[in-house]
Amino acid sequence: MAEPILRLDGLRKRFGGLAVTDDVTLLVAPRGLHAVIGPNGAGKTTLIHQVSGTLRPDAGRIWFEGRDVTALPMHRRARLGLARSFQITSVLPGFSVLENVALAVQARQGSSFRFMRPAASEARLNAAALAALERMGLAARAAVPAGALSHGEKRQLELAIALALEPRLLLLDEPLAGTGPEEAERLIGILSTLKRDHAILLVEHDMQAVFALADVISVLVYGKVIATGAPDAIRADPQVRAAYLGEDAA
Amino acid sequence: MGRLRGALLPLAVFALLAAAPFLGLGAGYMLNLLARGMILGIAALSLWLLVGGGGLVSLGHAAMLGVGAYAVVVLDAAGVTEALVVLPAAVLVAALFALLTGAVAIGTSGVHFIMITLAFGQMAFFTAGALSAYGGDDGYTLYGRTTVLGARWPEDRLAFHYLCLGLLAATLGLVQVLLASRFGRVLRAAKENPQRAQALGFNPYPYRLAAYAIAGGIAGLAGLLLANATEFVAPSYLAWQRSGDLLFMVILGGLGAPHGAVLGALAIVLLEEWLAEWTEHWRLIFGPLLVLAVLFLRGGLAGLPAQLRALRRG
Repeated sequence: MAEPILRLDGLRKRFGGLAVTDDVTLLVAPRGLHAVIGPNGAGKTTLIHQVSGTLRPDAGRIWFEGRDVTALPMHRRARLGLARSFQITSVLPGFSVLENVALAVQARQGSSFRFMRPAASEARLNAAALAALERMGLAARAAVPAGALSHGEKRQLELAIALALEPRLLLLDEPLAGTGPEEAERLIGILSTLKRDHAILLVEHDMQAVFALADVISVLVYGKVIATGAPDAIRADPQVRAAYLGEDAA
Repeated sequence: MGRLRGALLPLAVFALLAAAPFLGLGAGYMLNLLARGMILGIAALSLWLLVGGGGLVSLGHAAMLGVGAYAVVVLDAAGVTEALVVLPAAVLVAALFALLTGAVAIGTSGVHFIMITLAFGQMAFFTAGALSAYGGDDGYTLYGRTTVLGARWPEDRLAFHYLCLGLLAATLGLVQVLLASRFGRVLRAAKENPQRAQALGFNPYPYRLAAYAIAGGIAGLAGLLLANATEFVAPSYLAWQRSGDLLFMVILGGLGAPHGAVLGALAIVLLEEWLAEWTEHWRLIFGPLLVLAVLFLRGGLAGLPAQLRALRRG
């Protein structure tokens, strides 16, 4: 494996007496999609929070592109190229769809301590934002307030925002949560294109989607990684089947 | 079209203010009242930038106004009344006060932010009362109004009226420009969803602090004008009740658009005066009126036209 873009090294997090992340060590490759699956309460979201910087681990280290980011706050990690989407849709409802993405472009380009020029008329921001919306198939909705989008469209907008940051690693926290089958299919199509030229760490409940998309799967049970490998190997792993997939996985 | 419609109400109000001296409102007392409304409008606009723009509910904003007014006092006592000195002094000292107190306050949020701004406001209030060289609790009467390049035209009631009007319009324009800028966009994003702003790589702190200092500077300007309007400055300028008044103007006016602060300030200053003229128990009417306004004017006074249109459409 090439030099990993993300390395989790002996990560531990306890809530009270409960070890939610228990000595997690994980390597994420600089290309392709790495999925983390696990039953409810396995600690997937807690893990994502620690990687993105919302939560601080009790022990262990997080290395991003060879740099120790364990102590960095979320906004600093985002500046380094770690973009995340949220499990609970988290767009700016009062901003237009275009402005949501233009703000992400603004975060990447130049200074935001500019006080006089109207940002909405900056062609440079708008063009890049529109390009990201086009990739997500949302360009037609650019002028709509983000709060007025359907649930599936909001998920697409989340992806457009993350993409506009031109991240080195995309952290996706259940991007399919709450979407209907058609919307899910569309998002899966988008993700399979994205993973060709992006590193993606995906936490997802939808097993069909995970096995269709993932290049590598790690299985998390009670805060521990019990297996990591290619989808076929994971499917065949007796320990995984016993702990998690159950009988219907065959 | 929608934008044009939205500008109608503030344009009408500014036109009325400009025409006021020719509408039989030229009597000195009425102009004084309007000047007071416009000056508090400037202060309310600066607070609007924090509350409506950044989601920062400050209960110590009168301190910024008071610091600006006391800058005028200190210079007046030293014999300096020239606007070229007094104006930058009032604005910068108030901005600096905001920057220093904001550096501590902005680190907190919600109720803690309210309490800390209130505490800083009270500290400034008691400090002003202890300044015995400047009248202490009794306040300080200015020797003269601020002069502009040595000229005394601000003493003229009509000139002062248009000075306040011009500065009010300029402040409204400034707040709108700030909100639309890259800076304002980050500020508004951090208000709507701080976590999203952070995930994009923005630390809200420096943006909020900058807004706080800018708002402090604008309030300092309002303090300078208020000191000139009354030719008298007292610690009551900094009292938390006045901070509460300013907050009320902002909320009554509406958080949807900055011109709401202007409407709120004018409405409260005029209403207070008219009710007080009518009956000495005016507070008994004033209070319930404000309660009704908050309950039924969801977008504040600035949202009234849209609310009326919606009603007519049924």
